[in-house]
Amino acid sequence: MKVDVLIIGAGVSGSAIARELAKTKADVLVMEKESDVCSQTSKANSGIVHAGYDAKPNTLKAKLNVKGNAMMKKLSEELSFDYAQIGSLVLCFEEEGRKTIRALFDQGQANGVVGLEIWEKEQILAHEPNVNCDVVCALYAPSAGIVCPFGLNIALAENAADNGVCFHFDEPVASIRKTEDGWLVNGAYETKYIVNAAGVYADQVHQLVFKDSFTITPRKGQYFLLDHEAKDLTSTVLFQLPTKLGKGVLVTPTVHENILIGPTAEDIENKEDTTTSQDGLEQIRRKAFRTLSDIPYDHVITSFSGLRAVSDRNDFIIERCGKGWIDVAGIESPGLTSAPAIGEMVAQMIVEDLSLKPDPDYLPFRQGFSSCRKLSPEQWNALIEKDPAYGVIVCRCETITEGEIKEACSRSIPATSVDGIKRRVRPGMGKCQGGFCLPKVMDILQKANRVSADQIRKANPGSEYIVAENKEGI
Amino acid sequence: MEQAKKKQLVVIGGGPAGLAAALAARKNGVQDLLILERDEQLGGILNQCIHNGFGLHTFHEELTGPEYAARYIEQIEHEKIDYLLNTMVIDLDDKKNITFINQNGVQRIQAQAVILAMGCRERPRGALNIPGYRPAGIYCAGTAQKLVNIDGLMPGKNVVILGSGDIGLIMARRMRLEGANVHAVVEIMPYSGGLKRNIVQCLDDFDIPLKLSHTITNIEGKERVKKVTIAKVDKDRHPISGTEETIECDTLLLSCGLIPENELSEKACIQIHDITHGPIVDESLETNVEGIFACGNVLHVHDLVDFVSREAEHAGIKAAQYVLNTLPKKETEIEIETKGVVRYCVPAKIDPKRMDDLQVIRFRVGKVLKDGAIYVWADDRCIFHRQKKILTPGEMEQVILKKKDVEYAKTIRIESEEM
Repeated sequence: MKVDVLIIGAGVSGSAIARELAKTKADVLVMEKESDVCSQTSKANSGIVHAGYDAKPNTLKAKLNVKGNAMMKKLSEELSFDYAQIGSLVLCFEEEGRKTIRALFDQGQANGVVGLEIWEKEQILAHEPNVNCDVVCALYAPSAGIVCPFGLNIALAENAADNGVCFHFDEPVASIRKTEDGWLVNGAYETKYIVNAAGVYADQVHQLVFKDSFTITPRKGQYFLLDHEAKDLTSTVLFQLPTKLGKGVLVTPTVHENILIGPTAEDIENKEDTTTSQDGLEQIRRKAFRTLSDIPYDHVITSFSGLRAVSDRNDFIIERCGKGWIDVAGIESPGLTSAPAIGEMVAQMIVEDLSLKPDPDYLPFRQGFSSCRKLSPEQWNALIEKDPAYGVIVCRCETITEGEIKEACSRSIPATSVDGIKRRVRPGMGKCQGGFCLPKVMDILQKANRVSADQIRKANPGSEYIVAENKEGI
Repeated sequence: MEQAKKKQLVVIGGGPAGLAAALAARKNGVQDLLILERDEQLGGILNQCIHNGFGLHTFHEELTGPEYAARYIEQIEHEKIDYLLNTMVIDLDDKKNITFINQNGVQRIQAQAVILAMGCRERPRGALNIPGYRPAGIYCAGTAQKLVNIDGLMPGKNVVILGSGDIGLIMARRMRLEGANVHAVVEIMPYSGGLKRNIVQCLDDFDIPLKLSHTITNIEGKERVKKVTIAKVDKDRHPISGTEETIECDTLLLSCGLIPENELSEKACIQIHDITHGPIVDESLETNVEGIFACGNVLHVHDLVDFVSREAEHAGIKAAQYVLNTLPKKETEIEIETKGVVRYCVPAKIDPKRMDDLQVIRFRVGKVLKDGAIYVWADDRCIFHRQKKILTPGEMEQVILKKKDVEYAKTIRIESEEM
């Protein structure tokens, strides 16, 4: 196979770059070692659209964060993913923290964040009455928001695929060889250009060709997710002002009306270690207690952990490395927010390098999934009339129909696993965590993909649910 | 959308509770009656409970789950009681407006009375906060039961079970009979949450070890479960370091408690009990919303389907009386106080004027009592007293109150203690 640009990694950065390149006439291939888009760092994070006051002025992080934030609304309309600009508060619980709040405010101004305000206790409690009343002051950022991390990543990738970008899954990069006018990847793919967007593996991919120039350390973040009953806990993203005791944890609503609490920050060695631990989860509880002393942990529906790709350079690494190669590495927080801007920046570099022409046939719009539970009875009935599968509830916790699941199986990047379905249309995301709907979802996947039950996977190869038929091997 | 249809009585759920309630309502004079069932057949969870042991109290013989359900379904058909399958109720309000959906669209019913019989769900891994990876191979025991008994598929071959609830015990035996190795049933409490007969017939008879006061502290395997670590726990249920052992397995089944499914009840502003997680009901099994009744596992989790059926019959009779205007209005309700090891009781309150001559009160104790005694007090009079060799949280208890004993009482109290 011969392409102009080969992107390694179908996370949110790789997918954003792919979507921008889809606007050109370039042939683009995205290679992903996992079985789906959004399968590692991009799938397990806080889902926050940061305002942009955190990073030092003039860093890539600062620039791309503020720009990505400004792009998010229009993008969410074009690509139809869940996003809400709910604002954030950095809460300060000690008088001596005031000057740090002030410094964050100034830094935000320098970075070009609009609308920042410093709030006093009364205003904070009027806005968020559940916040502990010993709060002193806070930095309020109205431009901050929340996004569905799967929704954003999948939407970017689908729109890229709709416009001709090719995605190969279960395809880890094993070898890269320099050729006369580009690269040969895994002995099978010829490309003029490589974008290394390999997340926590970006250093290893880089080292397949070049000497060390950076290292990526996975930083684990563990989280609690609470059910809808807890949704009134807060309507704003609540950060804690970092103190000498550490960075603190956030408490935030999600776009699906859950409450997310976390993360921890543990530097680890194993790039696949997404375990949760007793200690980590206890640490979150202890720290979150500072923000809200009355969190209903009996509404926890799951806990999980994700890995942030932290580089040794303290900023995003977005740079050319010789001819026909760009590293997009160390995309830790605020990477999700920055993704649209990263996509634009990287694509622009490649357009220049390869003199790519715009594609006049490019379609910027993507249709979202029919989210039945958000429809009026009339709209829902119209769907049922079209396909009675929209009248069959599969996931009772989240009210997801068979019709929606069938949609997820038939997109330009179809869901091929139970997790893939779950990230696209949410069956199993509710309080029973798939207890009731798993066999039904497996059944729909079987029919959609014309495979047998023992081929249905949770995610990657090796994660099959069914090991045999009854009495087999007795 | 079409105008809401009117119905005298709608039963939400066509499992054992819904079926028995609907039948009783019909037999007591309700003509205009509809059962709404989300699954593709009536019978609820009984359909996947292919083991025997059902019906000893009701039919005086041992039936399988599907057989037990069939006895009720036959009567439902015989009585020509209407039901809709593949139909999910998505909204209920305190005016008894019901919104449901099926392949014919979103529809509404205005009901005069409603019986809640939605059952319960299993507590999943996420709610248990077991640390470790999140691979395939972790199932709620009931999900595994569905896969094995309905679909004929084995979700694993080397099994560890966490929690000794009845479904876990039943599935230990079931997996073994289908050719799996069941290495252990691990229970965090010092006693099992299941019925004694299930421990004997499902574990002891198959040499499956029951590890009491143990829990799972880690799950390994990135894609599929490879092993779990179990450890002893102290009296506060914290793992004791140094007692860890690992078990290689490909499957972890969870049987760690059932939670009544009351999302609809909450939409209808029905008050939920902190301990049972079911609606707070009175002697007529009526909730705080007039004309909405509850029974079965949505009300509180039962051990035996026979008791579900009986409770549901009571709800059906009372709902019929309500519809036919023969149920007296509520007057003075007395909250039943629970004391000692009694954790809760259902109903939690009674109206002595409204109650029948005999009233069943069901309850559970919070710890194992050897040589225990149960007392019921009306004011300072002991109106009921029974000794029991063993009282355990895994087995529901019941007492029967006589109207004449409590008619003029100001307080009623149930207590249980070691003798």
